[in-house]
Amino acid sequence: MNAFFRRIEMFGALLLAVIWISPLLFAFWAAFHTTSDAVNFNVAAPWTLDNFRTAWAGAPWLRYFLNTFVLVTVILAGQFVVTTLAGFAFAKVRFPGRDLVFILVLMQLFILPEVLIVENYAMVSRLGLFDTIPGVGMPYMASAFGIFLMRQAFKGVPIELHEAARVEGCGWFGILWRVYVPLARPTYLAYALVSVSTHWNNFLWPLIVTNSPDTRPLTVGLSIFGAPENGVDISVISAATMMSIAPLLVAFLVFQRQFVQAFLRAGIK
Amino acid sequence: MAEHVDLEKRRQAVYGWLLLSPAAILLTLFALYPSVATFWSSLFSRGTRRRPSEFVGIENYADLFADPTFWKVVGNNLVYAGVTIPMSIAIALAMALWANSRIPARGFVRTAYFTPTVLPMIAAANLWLFFYTPGLGVLDQIGSLFGLPSVNWLGQPETALWAVIIVTIWKEAGFFMIFYLAALQTIPEDLKEASDIEGASRWTYTRRIVLPLLMPTTLFIMVNALINSVKLIDHLFILTKGGPNDASKLILYYIWEMAFAFFDAPHAAAMTILVLVVLGIVAGIKFSYLDKRTHYQ
Repeated sequence: MNAFFRRIEMFGALLLAVIWISPLLFAFWAAFHTTSDAVNFNVAAPWTLDNFRTAWAGAPWLRYFLNTFVLVTVILAGQFVVTTLAGFAFAKVRFPGRDLVFILVLMQLFILPEVLIVENYAMVSRLGLFDTIPGVGMPYMASAFGIFLMRQAFKGVPIELHEAARVEGCGWFGILWRVYVPLARPTYLAYALVSVSTHWNNFLWPLIVTNSPDTRPLTVGLSIFGAPENGVDISVISAATMMSIAPLLVAFLVFQRQFVQAFLRAGIK
Repeated sequence: MAEHVDLEKRRQAVYGWLLLSPAAILLTLFALYPSVATFWSSLFSRGTRRRPSEFVGIENYADLFADPTFWKVVGNNLVYAGVTIPMSIAIALAMALWANSRIPARGFVRTAYFTPTVLPMIAAANLWLFFYTPGLGVLDQIGSLFGLPSVNWLGQPETALWAVIIVTIWKEAGFFMIFYLAALQTIPEDLKEASDIEGASRWTYTRRIVLPLLMPTTLFIMVNALINSVKLIDHLFILTKGGPNDASKLILYYIWEMAFAFFDAPHAAAMTILVLVVLGIVAGIKFSYLDKRTHYQ
């Protein structure tokens, strides 16, 4: 009886896995076939790269890739600097008002940048950053989540190391740079993976603050490319979708373990 | 000596605030000030060329409460939250229990479950478009095998919201699975052995031991899922644009539309404030109530 149930469970697990991956597999298959073959499920149909050629010619993809790459890098660099400094302050420096400010920072976990689009848009315009990549990235740089992570990581560093470095004549900044940052490497890696995949995929805010192909990231470019008014057929959309998710997807499949660990570390702590 | 301590204290305070200043400036610019400004602008009328904007008090809120579309959207979002949260948590739990047990092809199963998480919502929507398109889509093709008529899943009010909900569940269940997996791996082996000795069935073991131990994780995931039910709207831009007839419109999409398609910032601001109030209540519950009952933070 028990063995029977186990067999059913195994079947359920596999079935769910197949269902879960099928939209991706199907789009992958469709991207390499003509539209009529794809919609008719012509399994024996020949493979073709035409969809990719059409999609590639239809939009400045290289530019979009570059924009997304620059955007993700700018955000990550900014986040590293800002969250390291703030995390260190919250973890290791005693100053009046610290706990109150920390609660204010935690509130930002709920005041999502996505919800404040109207005023953030006004702010970015006021700062003259509308339709620039820093404009897209700035609201995310002081991430409460990142500050919280860094604080936790720095709190775990033994005070003896701190003291030892101080005895050796290190200043505050030296201690932070030579003791804390190297010890928090796993947290940085985890945070980097989460941040990169979040912002590679982000859509609503970039849609609002970008207005030209020179700044538009992949997600926004993809949504414009696939818009029904452009009348692109579904195989070509699949090809474009595959193209834009390929770098992140390949990276994920190669570094799967690290990705999962990263999400865990970021989420649980 | 006392003077020295005092000096050190003061120095720490200065360092603290210096280290904090980049974060403080950015948070002020992009979280604090915008929240206050949103509230302020929600109290003013929309300025036109003839009539400059003027203070109207709570009129914008009153307009919203009198607007049937607003209630429609709120209702949609409640359904969206009410279905996606329990469904994705239940599926995530099943996924984690399976991915943690000894099954064949476990690597493939785990990858399959988790992969949607790394895709952009826009890409996910494009993939699902293929399934939903009437006549040509995969769902219709499968249906026609069984002689079912073609259904315009995204084009009719009865099904549009559900089509959107399914994509959201597909996207977030694998993400939540990860947290359950981590929690499952912290459950000590002896509990399983003890329950085996007592002759408890696997089902009893899961229900009486595993599920209670997963409770803190469930609460954590629930808060995340709740935030996602406000935040995850990107796929609307591809799949339905909130239609047909507002049948699948969600609050954040409506805010976007109000502000950037209808150029009605005051009403968008009023709606934003209402969302912030709800999120604030969730935050309050989380920080005061839940964190006292969960112990791993």
